[in-house]
Amino acid sequence: MAIQTSINGKAVALSAEPDTPLLWVIREELGLTGTKFGCGVAACGACTVHVDGEPTRSCSVPVSDVAGKSITTIEGLKSADGTLHAVQTAWIAAQVPQCGYCQSGQIMAAVALIEKTGRPSDAQIDAAMTNLCRCGTYPRIRKAIRAATGQAAQATQGAV
Amino acid sequence: MTDNPTPDIAPEAPLKRKGLKRRAFLIGGVAIVGAGLFGISIADRNAAKDAKARITGEGEHSFATWLKISEDDVVTIYSPHTDIGQGSNTGLAQMLAEELDAAWEQVRIVSAPAEPAFANVGLGRGFLTEMTGQPAIINGIPQSFLAFIARQMNLQITGGSTALRFTGQMTFQKVGAATRLALMETAAKRLNVPVEELTTQDSRVIHAKSSQSLRYGELAAQAATLSLDNEPKLKDPTQYRLMRQSMQRLDIPAKVDGSAQFGMDFAIPNMRVATIQAAPVRGGKLTSVDTAPAMAIKGVEKVIKLENAVAVVAKGYWPAISGLRALAPSFSDGGHADVSTASIFKAHDDIIAKGEADGEAGEGDVQVGLGAKPIQAKYQVPFLHHAMMEPFALTAHFKDGKLDIWGGMQDPLATKMLAVEVSGLDADDVTFHPMIIGGSFGRRLPMYMEIVDQVTQLAMQLPYPVKLIWSREEEVAQGAYRPQSSALLSAALTDKKRIAAYRNDYAQPESSESETVFPYILPAVSRRHFAHVSNQNTGAWRSVNSTQQGFYNESFMDELAHAAGEDPVIFRRNHLKADTRHLRVLDEVAARSGWNTPLPAGRGRGVALVESFKTIVAMVVEASVGEDGMPKLHKVTTVVDAGSIVNPDAAMAQIEGGTIMGLSSAIGEAITLEKGAAQQSNLSDYLLLTMAQSPLVQDIHFLNSGAPMGGIGEPGVPPAAPALANALFAATGKRIRNLPIMTQAKG
Repeated sequence: MAIQTSINGKAVALSAEPDTPLLWVIREELGLTGTKFGCGVAACGACTVHVDGEPTRSCSVPVSDVAGKSITTIEGLKSADGTLHAVQTAWIAAQVPQCGYCQSGQIMAAVALIEKTGRPSDAQIDAAMTNLCRCGTYPRIRKAIRAATGQAAQATQGAV
Repeated sequence: MTDNPTPDIAPEAPLKRKGLKRRAFLIGGVAIVGAGLFGISIADRNAAKDAKARITGEGEHSFATWLKISEDDVVTIYSPHTDIGQGSNTGLAQMLAEELDAAWEQVRIVSAPAEPAFANVGLGRGFLTEMTGQPAIINGIPQSFLAFIARQMNLQITGGSTALRFTGQMTFQKVGAATRLALMETAAKRLNVPVEELTTQDSRVIHAKSSQSLRYGELAAQAATLSLDNEPKLKDPTQYRLMRQSMQRLDIPAKVDGSAQFGMDFAIPNMRVATIQAAPVRGGKLTSVDTAPAMAIKGVEKVIKLENAVAVVAKGYWPAISGLRALAPSFSDGGHADVSTASIFKAHDDIIAKGEADGEAGEGDVQVGLGAKPIQAKYQVPFLHHAMMEPFALTAHFKDGKLDIWGGMQDPLATKMLAVEVSGLDADDVTFHPMIIGGSFGRRLPMYMEIVDQVTQLAMQLPYPVKLIWSREEEVAQGAYRPQSSALLSAALTDKKRIAAYRNDYAQPESSESETVFPYILPAVSRRHFAHVSNQNTGAWRSVNSTQQGFYNESFMDELAHAAGEDPVIFRRNHLKADTRHLRVLDEVAARSGWNTPLPAGRGRGVALVESFKTIVAMVVEASVGEDGMPKLHKVTTVVDAGSIVNPDAAMAQIEGGTIMGLSSAIGEAITLEKGAAQQSNLSDYLLLTMAQSPLVQDIHFLNSGAPMGGIGEPGVPPAAPALANALFAATGKRIRNLPIMTQAKG
């Protein structure tokens, strides 16, 4: 039986087996490959999406759990006319990504943090941004979050 | 497995530079045959012709293999390097476009086809220069011969911090400059003016006198028929408009909106997904497996047995991994069941104690200098996993006698050649399509590309395309780790606080001699390699042997400073030559870090100075110990002398990230072995540094010394671990001689 949900504002009926992790439904059934597979055990955060606005590690959520919920992936962050989200713009300005593989998840985590806190402190950033980055882009992620939340002055002070 | 084409990265021979020399010699043997085969040009004519056929379409014109100009002025550069996020493609584009005087907005850079015509000549030249250490010799070798070598070695590799250093300087700048001259020559004829009166800017040739100008696109067709100048004059750096500028990275926009397509993301109609488990004990074989439990899972289509692995092919990754997990395969242990972390360290101790080194380098009489009672310390580091964020994923399709493979590897051409070997097909029937890579750090180098072997075997027996994905568990268990390694350091001090003799006895599979630069001037110094090989695959891990050697030497220098009762910076200064780059870097980091200023109670500063890949980095870490016993990083100050820098912001990013990777390995990372197999299973127990653990402040400075360009992707890593360990010693009085630090904090 199809699972009804909403992805990036569009209603969809999913045919995957109910125990399939949301990640694989997003990637393989819906073809939205911006959400990444990194570990499969919710340790790295590369698969982070929003489920009803909450940052969620989609590799560890069975698709049956999101029935009737609203999911946003990295592809859904841009506005309808293609304008980048302010966090994405800040990410480019700070030249954050290196290999880029974890960055969809990082951006989704950052957007959720900013929606929740407005202007996150360093401690709030540390607590929320637990996604792993092997390239070591953490200083620039912090800088981009600060810049996107009107704390650009601190951004030039600290991280980079 | 193909012959390892990367002498600079994984030296084979234990003795000082012997591996490199041997290879150069071997190449020298080929020279007699090779030199006469090709005409002389930047990229020899045969290759250029083949390249042209592969990349040019209607209205497009190719120059010297690597460059294409379209009649509507788009400049497309074909990079033989894989941009893994280090920004090398942007840097290469800056270098070529600079000399070409191209309009930056019209410049594109894409992966070169994985074909011999695009073998990396500049890289071959770079390797040879470093091998012999005598550029003069290299300059005497015909370019055509270097091209020949590059193809012989399937050279299309990214590693050794070489992209801009070798390929950029030795090929791309010249291609840009030579093409510009050809365009000017063409314009001179067309405008009927002397070429000396022409200038170039933003993809136009300009004749100021007559206020005329021509677009490169208008000139390209005719210019492409001219033969190019092999040694064109390059710009004076004062004229640079693109180089030495922080141009935004060309790959970044696609990496913030999810549109970048990594190997993991590739899909074609009818494709199936496979996942695999190889023998958990390296060297073991698959002995038996009951395939029924996997086949019972909905979506699973096939279980395929390989010599040392079992693969499950399914409609998607989830049924594939569920099927694999349902299996209980039996593997042999290859006779390695008694291998453990402890057994390897014991073997290291034993061979070092026996004293029969496999290789020695250094100078002076160390034995006499050390005397009867040297200061000694034993250091140990564990295997390290690369932990690239994108697990291996390659898609392969065998159809109508042709094999296509898609994905990201660090040497596309070697990847193709391995698939040729495994499939038994002709090289012309195998195509590798390079895609964006989600991290590598050495893991995707050609030494251990078992995934290429595996996916080729699967594709050759399947009627549909198959994407083989390694689970993270497989990735951790089947690493090509940085080797577990031990060192026994010995030294004697004079009564004037000077080192009289210094010995570094280290045990690990390979010699580290080709990467280790010991900058201190001592009366007697010796580095002895004791070869010990376990059942594990070990390979290049970002900055290769410079990490463990940096940790050994820079920690022990700190111990000696302490034993001498001397400040660690002053002690190092006293053993460096006056007026050297090393000394300037060290002095600068001391000044910028406030080395002599007081610190709050419980905090300490540690310094380290490491040269790797011709770049010198000094780092001061300010740290304390948290209540949980874990290190707290307050500030890292870094001074880098990489000669000259092509893109300052991208270089900065490499040092930031390299530092974090070095700190991460020092604090939390270890692969340990029990019964021949890795004990770690995922990123939940192989612990990478998090944002919260990383330093809030990284203060990084580049010294533009004007020295030859050094590497930038790797040199940030090595000084981090010793600088941190030395800082913790300063804070607590406890010396750290085993990594990772975490195991000691907890234990």
